[in-house]
Amino acid sequence: MPTRANWIPYALIAPSVVFLGALFIVPLVQTIWLSFSSDDGTLLGNYARMAGDLNFSVAIRNTFMLTLVVVPLQVALAIGMALMISKVGKGRDLILWVFTIPLGISDLAAGLAWLAILQNSGYLNSALYGLGLIQGQTGWLSQETPVTLFIGIVLAEVWRATAIVLVIVIAGLQLIPKEFSEAAEIFGAKPWTRFCKITLPLLKPSLQSALILRTVLAFEVFAVVYALGGTNFPVLAGEAYNWQNINQNYGVAAAYAVLIMAISIAATVFYLRVLRVRPEQLP
Amino acid sequence: MADIVIDRVSKHFGDFHALQEVSLNVGDGEFVALLGPSGCGKTTLLRIIAGLETQSSGRIVIGGRDVSALSPRERGLAMVFQNYAVFPHMTVFENVAFGLRMKKVPDAEVKRQVERAAALLHIEPYLDRYPAKLSGGQRQRVAVARALAVQPAVLLMDEPLSNLDALLRLEMRTELKAVLREAGTTTIYVTHDQTEAMGLADRIAVMYGGKIDQIDTPLSVYAAPTTRFVGGFIGNPPMNFIKVKAESGTVRIGPVSFVAPAGGLDLDLGLRGEDAHLSGDGSGLPFDVRVVEPMGSHLLLTGSIEGQAARIVAPPTATVRAGERVGLTVDPSRLTWIDTSTGRALARPQDSTR
Repeated sequence: MPTRANWIPYALIAPSVVFLGALFIVPLVQTIWLSFSSDDGTLLGNYARMAGDLNFSVAIRNTFMLTLVVVPLQVALAIGMALMISKVGKGRDLILWVFTIPLGISDLAAGLAWLAILQNSGYLNSALYGLGLIQGQTGWLSQETPVTLFIGIVLAEVWRATAIVLVIVIAGLQLIPKEFSEAAEIFGAKPWTRFCKITLPLLKPSLQSALILRTVLAFEVFAVVYALGGTNFPVLAGEAYNWQNINQNYGVAAAYAVLIMAISIAATVFYLRVLRVRPEQLP
Repeated sequence: MADIVIDRVSKHFGDFHALQEVSLNVGDGEFVALLGPSGCGKTTLLRIIAGLETQSSGRIVIGGRDVSALSPRERGLAMVFQNYAVFPHMTVFENVAFGLRMKKVPDAEVKRQVERAAALLHIEPYLDRYPAKLSGGQRQRVAVARALAVQPAVLLMDEPLSNLDALLRLEMRTELKAVLREAGTTTIYVTHDQTEAMGLADRIAVMYGGKIDQIDTPLSVYAAPTTRFVGGFIGNPPMNFIKVKAESGTVRIGPVSFVAPAGGLDLDLGLRGEDAHLSGDGSGLPFDVRVVEPMGSHLLLTGSIEGQAARIVAPPTATVRAGERVGLTVDPSRLTWIDTSTGRALARPQDSTR
């Protein structure tokens, strides 16, 4: 091939590189810079202020608890749903379409939809009252009911974002030739053994992608929590928002943002190492 | 060890009849090939025997036990898949050991059996490797070793050699035959390759359009096809068919006349290219040579008999030129007579010369 066309690939990817550089890397560097430039002149002033805040440890605990509950639940549900869908012949596309509807809804709208269900005058209370199970309006999302508030947020998050895991897992399942499972069946593996010994190991690359994506997003959870719990359920991204917009302290907000990023990177590195697929084990 | 009885098995996919009341008995330790073009139902039949597909009607009996409703793992068989289906995330050792592990065989016995199967297929050096590091032929050996390691009563093979290159296929074919004869396993082998079926099988079941056209030994299937399809499918070049009419018990082609078989007036005369011999003096069936192809071991002559296309195999030393008319002598006892209206063979007339 002639060498004169060498610049064409670079020219073609240049717009996206410039775009990402301008709108991602520059703000990222600025945020990191901002987080280390405190009013009191010390390098870690913003971080000290962040860590000293009353809400800090609560936000850390809440965010980690949500992630540890929501992400495994989503992955388990998505695998179950994907395996069921893969057995369906007719109507498969319709089911998949229904399953993925929540993907089309913004997270704030999803939060508001669940608020309409779970608030004091919401659909849940109406239904329970109609069935005679409760006497009057019952609060599920207040400061006095942290457990139901947590469950409500988990429900909303699972409803909202399981579909993205589902889509990745279905794509992954389709990459596994059915002969592997059939061979295992012929050689005496029962369904659960086939799932554990064949399907799950071969699904590892897809699960790795899904877990990284979902975990990173789970650490950034904000709008659903904000809609359902408001200030009753502090999370890291919510604290960043509060410091930025309510306290007008951009430095501490930046410190929160950098902390979330650090946690996300740590989680990603963890998954990349733990779920590593050696190249010789790929199909 | 076990025999297999396939009793009137049918399979429909919607309106499509993939298998129509197929029956087949395979004896204990016998090697039967299911041979046919793609879409003839041979793989569907194999998958029904394996239990990977459910028949619409009919029974499968293995070793006297009706397995029709059992899951694959309850049928006590092993299978080799066309694309190997060797598990990529397990070492060769664990692949070969898979069936034994599922039976919870003790480790020492697993090791012994795996090493025995590996030795049979010459894959001992690769036991610690992952399949991705192996060539296609080596992976196929792993798949066969995995099947033999469980010492199955019945072994099913679905086009196991079709993904290998020609030279390797020939080598594996020979080796497979030796290994399976030693193991004495009842084997059903699906293939579309007639040389594989002829070379390996004790009996060949030729399938076409969801039915078995003929079940017989390789030599009989070759020499005495029972349908026009079998004659045309088996043999290289395929059997020649010459349309003739029987008049008062005689069939006349040029100067030669044959005793016509009983039944049917419109006939196809089936003639193997190898069964015709150049007469030397121009007597016999007139054959107009159009193309001469020297194949090394023989000359392939393409031309026509009475205006109908035919291929004849001649000795490599014969001097035949394109455009020439030669005479062919044929042994009437090696001719096949097909009733044109049914496509089925008629019994050869007893006294065949006149």
